[in-house]
Amino acid sequence: MSTTTITKDSRHTLSVLVKHNLNTFSRIIGIFSGKGFELESVTFASEAERGMARITITTYGNEETVEQINKHLHNVIDVLKVTDLTHKKCIERELAIVKVSTAKVGRPEIMLIAQAFKAKVIDITADKLALEVTGNTDKVDAMIEVLKPYGITEMSRTGSVALKREFQGAVNIN
Amino acid sequence: MKSTESTSTALKSDQTAKPGVTESTAPETMPVQAALTHNGADILIKTLADLGVDTIFGYPGGAVLPVYDTLFDNHDLNHVLIRHEQAGTHAADGYARATGKPGVVLATSGPGGTNTVTGIATAMMDSIPLVVFTGQVPTGVIGNDAFQEADIVGITRPITKQNYLVRDVNELEHVIREAFHIATNGRPGPVLVDLPKDMLNTKGRFSGMKKVDIPSFKPTVNGHHPQIAKAAEMLSNAKKPLIYVGGGAILGEAWEEVTAFAERMNIPVTTTLMGLGAFPESKPQSLGMLGMHGTWYANMAMTECDVLIAVGARFDDRVTGRLDGFSQNSRKIHIDIDPSCIGKNVPVEVPIVGDVKRVIPAIDKLATPPEISEWWDTIHTWQKEHPLVVPEADDKIYPQHMVKMISEVTEGNAIVVTDVGQHQMWAAQHYNYNHPRSWISSGGLGTMGYGFPAAMGAALACPDRDVVCITGDGGFQMSSYELATAVEYKIPVKIALMNNNCLGMVRQWQQLFYNNRTSYSVFGSNNPDFVKMAECYGAVGMRATNPAEMREVLTEAMKIKDGPVLMDFRVVETENCYPMVPSGAALNEMVESDEECK
Repeated sequence: MSTTTITKDSRHTLSVLVKHNLNTFSRIIGIFSGKGFELESVTFASEAERGMARITITTYGNEETVEQINKHLHNVIDVLKVTDLTHKKCIERELAIVKVSTAKVGRPEIMLIAQAFKAKVIDITADKLALEVTGNTDKVDAMIEVLKPYGITEMSRTGSVALKREFQGAVNIN
Repeated sequence: MKSTESTSTALKSDQTAKPGVTESTAPETMPVQAALTHNGADILIKTLADLGVDTIFGYPGGAVLPVYDTLFDNHDLNHVLIRHEQAGTHAADGYARATGKPGVVLATSGPGGTNTVTGIATAMMDSIPLVVFTGQVPTGVIGNDAFQEADIVGITRPITKQNYLVRDVNELEHVIREAFHIATNGRPGPVLVDLPKDMLNTKGRFSGMKKVDIPSFKPTVNGHHPQIAKAAEMLSNAKKPLIYVGGGAILGEAWEEVTAFAERMNIPVTTTLMGLGAFPESKPQSLGMLGMHGTWYANMAMTECDVLIAVGARFDDRVTGRLDGFSQNSRKIHIDIDPSCIGKNVPVEVPIVGDVKRVIPAIDKLATPPEISEWWDTIHTWQKEHPLVVPEADDKIYPQHMVKMISEVTEGNAIVVTDVGQHQMWAAQHYNYNHPRSWISSGGLGTMGYGFPAAMGAALACPDRDVVCITGDGGFQMSSYELATAVEYKIPVKIALMNNNCLGMVRQWQQLFYNNRTSYSVFGSNNPDFVKMAECYGAVGMRATNPAEMREVLTEAMKIKDGPVLMDFRVVETENCYPMVPSGAALNEMVESDEECK
């Protein structure tokens, strides 16, 4: 079942609305571990609606594999709705905190990069800066790539959260 | 498919479905008797009675003592004291397969729960409706490694359709009703409800409200009309069509619809192991079972057909053989109530998500019988040239003859229950299956030790029918202790022990694929004396070593109606099961004898 080659094209973002309980959450994770599907990131959060939670999953696979994932998610009794946001216009955001060494080039150069990505400086020490960046996964990936040569000492990413855009016409303000 | 509309109803029903925690939130429809008069154990038993449960298979222990205390005064519910919880789940499973009603199990916490695991997994793989109740340590000590604590909800998550830990006694009744609803609707399956001891002791509400509505669980039953029309059109114009019937036709009680359809269309029918009995084998359209040990002609028909309609079957690897050699030239139609079964192993042109019982008549209405006399000629030639092989009769008991004689003596009317291995395949091949719910076998999980307890469950469910457990010396020893239960409750299971003093199927594979190195698969003279074993439990034991004795023993055994009887049939030990699609071969690459394998 699992795909051997992972490409950007085979990346899918699934938004799953469930009844809020940890048993359901475990069942959903169990589909990926038990049936050998890929799982890149997963976020779980309570919904505004009482007793509901939204799980945002990013996974890799060809169309047939993702269709199977979709069907298995639907089979979980407490899953109300599965939306594959991949081919829909969606708003997707991820947050990352990146600690970068300033030893090689000093603070100003790192801060210029941060500015370019609209990242915030949230901690400063003698030889490190901690940056907070939000954006879609591509943007976060891009900033991390740029920062790598300076020495990333530590990093934490949230994984994607996503919702379908209400307006599905042609826009490009991602 | 689930829609956003159902989301809002979900919220609504989520609030109303749980009998109100305080009086003020209780819905107006709440009956008057909903006072705090019952403890959780009473609520459990009352709800089971209300749901029409007549039999439960259980074993007591610390955490479920409140339930056993309630059962002490209850004489409406037939509680069967099994001797091991695994056998209890198999017995409940056999009960469910024989009747279509959900099987019910009661076990205590910790080891009681973990002992049910194999039985639950068996039911999950074959989509059998089971509701398993397990005791749990009191909520206050859950997670503290208390005595006899096990996270049974966590352990059974991947092998149940749904499971629950009850944390509020006022939710108990609703959870039980939901569990039965889920177990029996859509694609059936096992559901586990974990009951902490304090929930069983605390007083709570019993409302008697029967309605269960789960907005997130609405299986599609009707089938998409354009797809149904396309299927009908394909079948009407087929030159070499084939109907491939699986366990879904039994679970969906669609045997009459399937039979009527196949007969009117005059299309050949092959059934899977799980589908045996869904189409009578006495009909001319029947090709018998297909797959690894299926008939030569069924496997050839599958390979050569041009339009294939799968009816509640799941293209299991034991059916398909090597996938790239499987039915290459056919256009495929697949009817299944579980969308995740469709397109899982084999790509399908016309997927139809729905209940077989509704979809088949819908196709039947639109289709016209195809002109396929050439196809029938080909099939008849195959049947003539490659019939099921049966050894020539002599003074020894051949396993195939044993099954044929059971079929003859019971006139094909018994419920046949098996374990797993060679005897299972011979039983599938050589008994004449003409009735649904008359073949009970662990198909998906292949659980040895399943046969005898499942046969007990079937016999308790159908007291008017003969139940024959065709088992092996290996499988029977995995649950022989249940002889005690069968004797205590006078359960008239006929145990036909195909005794070849070895694990025949393991040995067969070792002979064929491991250079005849029969590693740990031969018991030889280390087997117990099965007749004495039966007798020490107070059951009847008989032995036969030749065909004449076998007929005598069988005739005698069928007369015994007040308890189990064990028939130790000493069969030819070297016999192997054919035809066989070797592991990794395509379906049409069958071998038919030991000689051919060399």
